[in-house]
Amino acid sequence: MNAAGREILAGNTRAAARLMRDLDDEIPAAIRTLKRLYRHTGRAYILGVTGAPGSGKSTLVNRITTHLRKRGKSVGIVAIDPTSPFSGGAILGDRIRMQQHALDEGVFIKSLATRGHLGGLSRSTIDIVNVMDAMGKDVILIETVGVGQDEVEIVKVAHTNLVLVVPGLGDDIQAIKAGILEIADIFVINKSDRDGADKAKREIETMVSMGIFKEGKWKPPVLSAVAATDEGTVELLEAVDRHQEYIYQEGNLLRYRREKARVELVEILKARLIEKAVSDLDAHGLLDPLLTEMAKKRLDPYTISEKVVDHSFAFHLLNGGKPASVKGRGNRR
Amino acid sequence: MATAKGKSVAATPKKAARKVRILVGKPGLDGHDRGAKIIARALRDAGVEVIYTGLHQTPEMIVSAAAQEDVDGIGLSILSGAHNYLFPRILQLLREKKMGDVVLFGGGIIPDDDIPKLVKKGVDRVFTPGTPIQEIVDYVNERIRPRK
Ligand code: B12
Ligand SMILES: Nc1nc2c(ncn2[C@@H]2O[C@H](COP(=O)(O)OP(=O)(O)OP(=O)(O)O)[C@@H](O)[C@H]2O)c(=O)[nH]1
Ligand SMILES: [Mg+2]
Repeated sequence: MNAAGREILAGNTRAAARLMRDLDDEIPAAIRTLKRLYRHTGRAYILGVTGAPGSGKSTLVNRITTHLRKRGKSVGIVAIDPTSPFSGGAILGDRIRMQQHALDEGVFIKSLATRGHLGGLSRSTIDIVNVMDAMGKDVILIETVGVGQDEVEIVKVAHTNLVLVVPGLGDDIQAIKAGILEIADIFVINKSDRDGADKAKREIETMVSMGIFKEGKWKPPVLSAVAATDEGTVELLEAVDRHQEYIYQEGNLLRYRREKARVELVEILKARLIEKAVSDLDAHGLLDPLLTEMAKKRLDPYTISEKVVDHSFAFHLLNGGKPASVKGRGNRR
Repeated sequence: MATAKGKSVAATPKKAARKVRILVGKPGLDGHDRGAKIIARALRDAGVEVIYTGLHQTPEMIVSAAAQEDVDGIGLSILSGAHNYLFPRILQLLREKKMGDVVLFGGGIIPDDDIPKLVKKGVDRVFTPGTPIQEIVDYVNERIRPRK
């Protein structure tokens, strides 16, 4: 273990904060530290919070944190907001609702921008959750950007996923229907102080009841809450406790861990393979000519990609790292 | 082959793509948040990741958030008249936490006479009402670099 790693395992928040930034910025040395920390992860309970923009995710995360602190749990929060596609900048405003915990040593809050990553999280989210886990946080809350069908994969990072729904968005419920059943372990009808809360609750209940749940399978409960006034938070945490019991049952935990492992591996592979493929092509002077050929419509991206995938990588592994040629018919001058 | 071997723009390997991170905060009790929000938006549009902590922050809360978020700069908006306390207090906390490399700057209703004193204590720059936003964006671009 290197110095940074040791400090993080000892709970040094400043060292942890710097490592998190380095991971978000893809600094290679940070990944070396994370490799060493990895086997110290797996102890934290991870809670995902998703829902449409403005549905009250940050407010609820703040409330949940207060209750978890009363139970003596330490808490890590990863709050994600969107990066502006125009400037690459971002306003990370989730903290506004959580600042009452700013001076609590038992709470660590990290704001992240999506930086072009789809699916409601930043590319670095899993890395940063792993750092918080290694730091010894008991519970880690992840606030996503907003709910969408793309998120089905990535939310497998969490043991329990809360999906927030707010009243008065009837159409929205229709729109989010498709992927939402797979995401939600618990539905929260937030802003239940507003008109239409009962209707929204009934709609979600109907949706859940139409799903097929085998004997012994978890059926997502539908709870009402007013995060603004802390109404319903205690009941919500009780539901999380029940889901935790379910997850910790024989078989389920292993399944969850393998799913999380799959997401971790696939996400990292995706990034690495693309990077490697593109830089290998470039290093061999192939990228520019291929792009020119494509621009002249003499080559198509499908053929090139097939060649890259079939030859370069498979060959690579078998070949003990010797790069394979990607030159094809279209590469003639 | 027509093209020389090596780096085309499209394939410049992704390394160390640091982004500037700045915390914009409103310490103290005044509720004038227009300026802070305008600055936050302008900096976002200039490519900065802005952590906005909202109103009514104590210096301790701001510095703690800055540490957790590992920011390169802190921008304070103060229209309450308490700048002569708030700026130096935050500088002191930054030093205590060994965060002296974080650039502290800000703006608001701050009399011209007070500005040199604040700068002497270590505030990097103070902007008063009427400053064009572009001037502030240029300052940030020029002065604040992501840490090593
Ligand atoms: C709008 C306003 C309000 C609005 C605020 C709305 C809001 N949500 O922001 C309302 C009506 C609520 C209000 C209330 C009050 N206000 Co008032 N208000 C103003 C006013 C007219 C304009 C402020 C403003 O928004 N300007 C526009 C923004 C963009 O300008 P700015 O904040 O100055 O920002 C610029 C620079 O200062 C700098 N900057 C500012 N912050 C930052 C941060 C960073 C990081 C950087 C780089 C730069 C920077 O860059 C900006 C661009 O140039 C000023 C008078 C004035 N002309 O400034 C009084 C003024 C600020 N208010 C004043 C007072 C006294 C009050 C009240 C106490 C009045 C009362 N008796 O009730 C209350 C207090 C409310 C509270 N809870 O704090 C006084 C403050 C006196 C002082 N500090 O000595 C002022 C100066 C009026 C006066 N001449 O007496 N107010
Ligand atoms: N009426 C009512 N308002 C609420 C409730 N919960 C949150 N709000 C308000 O809803 C607004 C948005 O709350 P946030 O917690 O910032 O919502 P969010 O989902 O985190 O928003 P984004 O991160 O921007 O997507 C705030 O003004 C809250 O005060 C609630 O239960 N009832
Ligand atoms: Mg939020």
